[in-house]
Amino acid sequence: MSIKSFRMALNEAMRQEMERDPTVIALGEDIAGGMGALGQQDAWGDVLGASKGLLGEFGRNRIFDTPISESAFIGAAAGAAVAGLRPIAQLMFVDFFGVCGDQIVNQMAKFRYMFGGKATTPVVVRTLFGAGTRAASQHSQCLYPIFTHIPGLKVVIPSSPYEAKGLMIQAIRDDDPVIFFEHKAMYDDVGEVPDEPYAIPFGQANLLRAGGSASIVATGRMVKHAMQAAAALEQAGMPCDVIDLRTTSPLDTNTILTSVAKTGRLVIVDEASPRCGLAADISAMVAQEAFGSLRAPIRMVTPPHTPVPFAPVLEDAYVPGPAQIEAAVRALLEPRK
Amino acid sequence: MQMNAQQLMDAYQGMCTIREFEERVHKEFATGQIPGFVHLYAGEEASAVGVCMDLRPEDHIASTHRGHGHAIAKGCDVGAMMKEIFGRQGGLCKGKGGSMHIADIAKGMLGANGIVGGGPPLACGAALAAKVKGTQAVAVAFFGDGAFNQGTTLESMNFAAVYALPVLFVLEDNGYAESTASSWSIGGHNPVRRAEGFGLRGNRVDGHDFFAVYRAAKEALARMRAGGGPEFLHIEFTRYFGHFEGDQMTYRPPGEVKEERNYLDCLKFMRARLVSAGLVQPQVLDRIEAEAAALIEDAVGGARAAPPPDRADLLTDVYKTYPGALA
Repeated sequence: MSIKSFRMALNEAMRQEMERDPTVIALGEDIAGGMGALGQQDAWGDVLGASKGLLGEFGRNRIFDTPISESAFIGAAAGAAVAGLRPIAQLMFVDFFGVCGDQIVNQMAKFRYMFGGKATTPVVVRTLFGAGTRAASQHSQCLYPIFTHIPGLKVVIPSSPYEAKGLMIQAIRDDDPVIFFEHKAMYDDVGEVPDEPYAIPFGQANLLRAGGSASIVATGRMVKHAMQAAAALEQAGMPCDVIDLRTTSPLDTNTILTSVAKTGRLVIVDEASPRCGLAADISAMVAQEAFGSLRAPIRMVTPPHTPVPFAPVLEDAYVPGPAQIEAAVRALLEPRK
Repeated sequence: MQMNAQQLMDAYQGMCTIREFEERVHKEFATGQIPGFVHLYAGEEASAVGVCMDLRPEDHIASTHRGHGHAIAKGCDVGAMMKEIFGRQGGLCKGKGGSMHIADIAKGMLGANGIVGGGPPLACGAALAAKVKGTQAVAVAFFGDGAFNQGTTLESMNFAAVYALPVLFVLEDNGYAESTASSWSIGGHNPVRRAEGFGLRGNRVDGHDFFAVYRAAKEALARMRAGGGPEFLHIEFTRYFGHFEGDQMTYRPPGEVKEERNYLDCLKFMRARLVSAGLVQPQVLDRIEAEAAALIEDAVGGARAAPPPDRADLLTDVYKTYPGALA
């Protein structure tokens, strides 16, 4: 066990799986970087450096820098998966999914079902997401609800370096197409990460903190904010459950419902847009399955329904933080007027 | 180009089987027996059979929404295909895919495709897998004149060229993208030059002539297996039926199809060549035609008799099932 960054955790997961399984390949724009520029091989190791070094270790028959043409190489990953490889394809920023949406939504997601169970499509689409880096509207979105909506895809959102490694190893070993969301504002986060490979199963949420006052459900970077809020609330005598969903598809409804049955109060923190989003989805599920347990209305803490702005003061106002989460919990605990 | 008598008979049989299959589906659709959309391949048989003749089981093809002919040419089971199109148990895809998604991964058939231009990236992937595994396998991307204007197809030609992937890009130009004439919609009006612009070797082929298609494909596949990188064929012919079954074809000049069927039909053309050259006796060709008709009669009988899928199957095959684990 040692302290590693989110970036190093991802790199280690991919390296260890590529060592273990010769059918694992990686492809994408700049995933080595410098392709075609003589003497500059592996210049980037993808745009934030998570795949750096893999080219040197595994060579050009396992690591494929691609032209900037998402439809071609994301679709090629799907075709290669059906033909017997386990590709890790990087969609640089999830905002770019529009240019290759067909290959994800209509092709890889549906092969197994459309082909009567005879196709197996073990592809991982790694993608960067999230606000907080002043990257503005076309490089900051949290589009995981779109993929969660599509049957056939699995959707993973790690919340720490430890989670990143274990969930990435599971994603690579999984036989279904997995969309793997890496929050770009978390790449330099550090934490304890075991050196040896380990896999975190999908569909099992992580109860990070226990307390009976309210249930706080979060994903990705919002888990950090939820934990900060929960620490402050505990100081104030309002200990909360904090649940990291880890995967939005499959969704661990059991852990959510068990917690709500205990606390009677639910705050869902979601960095994605509020309309038809993850928070709304979980709200509806809890309202349908556990209405009788609720002692207060469900609260959703999300950004406003607007594109992500550029100017720091505007972006800071956009992203939910610990203060909003704390306020939402306190609002639930106040006596009804 | 050498073809022995058996290969010639196999080719003719493949083309007859596709023609019978499509003519029969056309009739059954008109009676309301077949649900959904159906897009027929009749008139284009020389392309599927000519290109697939020299493919091996480990080679892959990606197909189009007009995919029955490709599936038959790649060896998919005709009875299971018919059940699939009827939406019955025992269908090639358990009744979950239908005409537009017919696939058999075990046969290297990556699927018909409901998305125009959906297939070329998949063929690149299959070729990439062959490259990584170090096999001599190749991949064929069949696509129509509509898909030739889709970004996916152009991106795929570039990607295949950059990595010298063994992908044969086959433009099946039947004159119309749905209702839009390819003579109008393809900018530059020269598909081969467009492909050459991406660095592919390209050839234009008369799709009414099986021998021309077979020769062009065989040579391209041999170069690709030797590491020559991707190639392109522009195959031209006429679509006998509408874009979809029920299409009244109001966009086509009257008599266009009739003219083609009389004078340029690929089956008539091949039969005449085989007989006039004394390569296969007419009685043998008659027998092949009768066998194809009987095979399809059987397939339709089997499809009609098959029960519909079990309703419980609605929820299976969404994800790989792992024993004792969540989806």
